[in-house]
Amino acid sequence: MFELSQDHEDFRQVVRDFAEKEVAPHIAKWDAASHFPADLVPKMGDLGLFGLVVPEEYGGAGDAGDFTSLCVAIEELGRVDQSIGITLSAGVGLGINPILTYGNEEQKQRFLPDLVSGRALAGFGLTEPEAGSDAAATRTRAVREGDEWVINGAKAFITNSGTDITSVVTVTARTGTNADGSPQISAIMVPAGTPGFVVEPAYHKLGWHVSDTHGLTFEGCRVPAENLLGAEGEGFKQFLKTLDDGRIAISALAVGCAQACLELATGYAKTRTAFGRPIGVNQGVSFQLADLAVMVEGARLLTYKAAWLKDELHAGKRSVKEVKQAAAIAKLYSTEAAVTATRTATQVFGGNGFMEEFPVARFYRDAKILEIGEGTSEVQRMLIARGLGLPA
Amino acid sequence: MNIVVCVKYVPDAQAERTFNASDNTTDRENVDGLLSELDEYAVEEALKIVEAGEGEVTVLTVGPDQAADAIKKALQMGADKGVHVNDAAIHGSDAVATSLVLAEAIKKLGDVDLVITGMASTDGTMGVVPTMLAERLGLPAVTFASELTVDGGAGGTATIRRDGDASTQTITATLPALVSVTDQINEPRYPSFKGIMAAKKKPVETWALSDLGVDASQVGLDAAWTKVSSFDARPPRTQGEIVNDEGDGGSKLAAFLSERKFV
Ligand SMILES: Cc1cc2nc3c(=O)[nH]c(=O)nc-3n(C[C@H](O)[C@H](O)[C@H](O)COP(=O)(O)OP(=O)(O)OC[C@H]3O[C@@H](n4cnc5c(N)ncnc54)[C@H](O)[C@@H]3O)c2cc1C
Repeated sequence: MFELSQDHEDFRQVVRDFAEKEVAPHIAKWDAASHFPADLVPKMGDLGLFGLVVPEEYGGAGDAGDFTSLCVAIEELGRVDQSIGITLSAGVGLGINPILTYGNEEQKQRFLPDLVSGRALAGFGLTEPEAGSDAAATRTRAVREGDEWVINGAKAFITNSGTDITSVVTVTARTGTNADGSPQISAIMVPAGTPGFVVEPAYHKLGWHVSDTHGLTFEGCRVPAENLLGAEGEGFKQFLKTLDDGRIAISALAVGCAQACLELATGYAKTRTAFGRPIGVNQGVSFQLADLAVMVEGARLLTYKAAWLKDELHAGKRSVKEVKQAAAIAKLYSTEAAVTATRTATQVFGGNGFMEEFPVARFYRDAKILEIGEGTSEVQRMLIARGLGLPA
Repeated sequence: MNIVVCVKYVPDAQAERTFNASDNTTDRENVDGLLSELDEYAVEEALKIVEAGEGEVTVLTVGPDQAADAIKKALQMGADKGVHVNDAAIHGSDAVATSLVLAEAIKKLGDVDLVITGMASTDGTMGVVPTMLAERLGLPAVTFASELTVDGGAGGTATIRRDGDASTQTITATLPALVSVTDQINEPRYPSFKGIMAAKKKPVETWALSDLGVDASQVGLDAAWTKVSSFDARPPRTQGEIVNDEGDGGSKLAAFLSERKFV
């Protein structure tokens, strides 16, 4: 009951092997150079990582795959490097998912095969300089002119939006006003290279150096009317649902981070000596590691429970509300556990923990964003409170 | 084109490898094992040949229960079926006996056009099984291939490139033949998610010595030509010697090295 299936464990082994051989040897160099390894993405595609929740007709795993497998892959990549983990998580959750869920057949045929094989990446532009947690405050506008949408505005912090292989970014924009005066928001696909779609230079980030993040500017950017994703005015509902799945994926990424910290710090505590004995004999150290083990276990259980619920929902056996709540709980707990884990691990490593030669330093920088992206910890608490029936 | 790839299940080189205290054989029970990495190149090469033309890849292993994992990995990579020769009497077999069991298993498989092996196992690293096996099967042995080209399908030829220290050789053999491949020949694929799921449905047969007409007395520790009489764990690395440079650091280093016959 409290075990993943043998298939999931076999798959975990393969992704772990892949991460240790294809990522680990290069990651310090990539991180120092803020290099996005575009060559790695097709290799991840060959493993099938981008197709785990995608039907076979677009190159995905079909019924054999599930959301739980995707979480296993994200956790295992994240255990070696968080940037590579988020590249997958965002590639599927924000890139592929909206197109798969809301796209028409022509849109799916056009974009999905390359995205699923890892020959292309897609992004999802929701956040704006003036609209983050309050995403409904979107200012970007799209106006219909003939058979085109003309987009003006800006997006901030968009993952996978400016890589050499980015094929398309789905953006939310105001397309009108609802009867109650609230803005009508729609999602529109903007292919890379469209005139008027400007990818700003990459941000200088505290962490996630290997992940691709850009601000985007739209200046009279024209795309064909058929690039509308789903129905006009549905954009707000669409991204809320997209984010629910994304939260479970970020939770899995946080589990990978915490797991790595546990392994690294435990190993170090056994071998590093001070005062003539391994530092791990001191309860001041060993109790911290014990607490860390508890956090990893808790985070993993919450994450895979949420993933399992999501798979059950897909099979029509659960309610959206149940999954939403589980996703917010998992994301909140796991990401805060991951940040604590990096703090503990760095402390156990002492001065070495502050040195880039040791991966704990990178995890320390990388973890913080987990509590912010795809809904901050405060937003998760808001959602959970709402799930309790408290007045919004 | 029927290809048989011989693969070995070996203790993980990353783990703490040791011997059984009772009979000085490799401990395969208490150490995590895996498909020998050098055999992944053999599996990959077979898959490439079949993917470029047609045919079937059978993976063959001789080993204890856990050796099924080596077959599973090869099937996940894309091989079509597996044969596992598993018999308690095989425990402790040397290369001579192993090649006998492999040869009898390949004969039982029958219509085989190409046998591919790794260049050595990562545990024993003897590298003699391929030639012994070819001899027993009466096949040409073209070993240590860094490149392999198969022309003309089943009745055709296998041409290899063998990189030596002094020269590079191109060698052609008529099929059926045995080819051993080096770690330079290709980049083995990782199993894909689909491959992992598909592997579950692929057939694996398990054979005992009696299925092969091999008598227990021909294999195992008692039949081995050599025996390990004792073993000692390698001592842990000791602290190095620190030379304080008081103007004579260079000559002290040179003395240290020449004492150990490095210079
Ligand atoms: C590296 C990176 C990658 C990202 N990738 C993407 C992407 O691909 N696509 C995308 O659309 N976005 C992306 N984002 C944006 C991310 O989702 C937002 O930064 C996040 O949702 C927070 O929004 P904000 O930055 O505007 O913060 P704000 O909303 O301004 O929040 C600031 C602080 O106020 C708190 N706060 C706000 N409202 C409340 C409230 N009502 N009650 C209590 N506290 C509140 C917040 O929790 C936070 O602590 C990315 C961000 C980063 C840093």
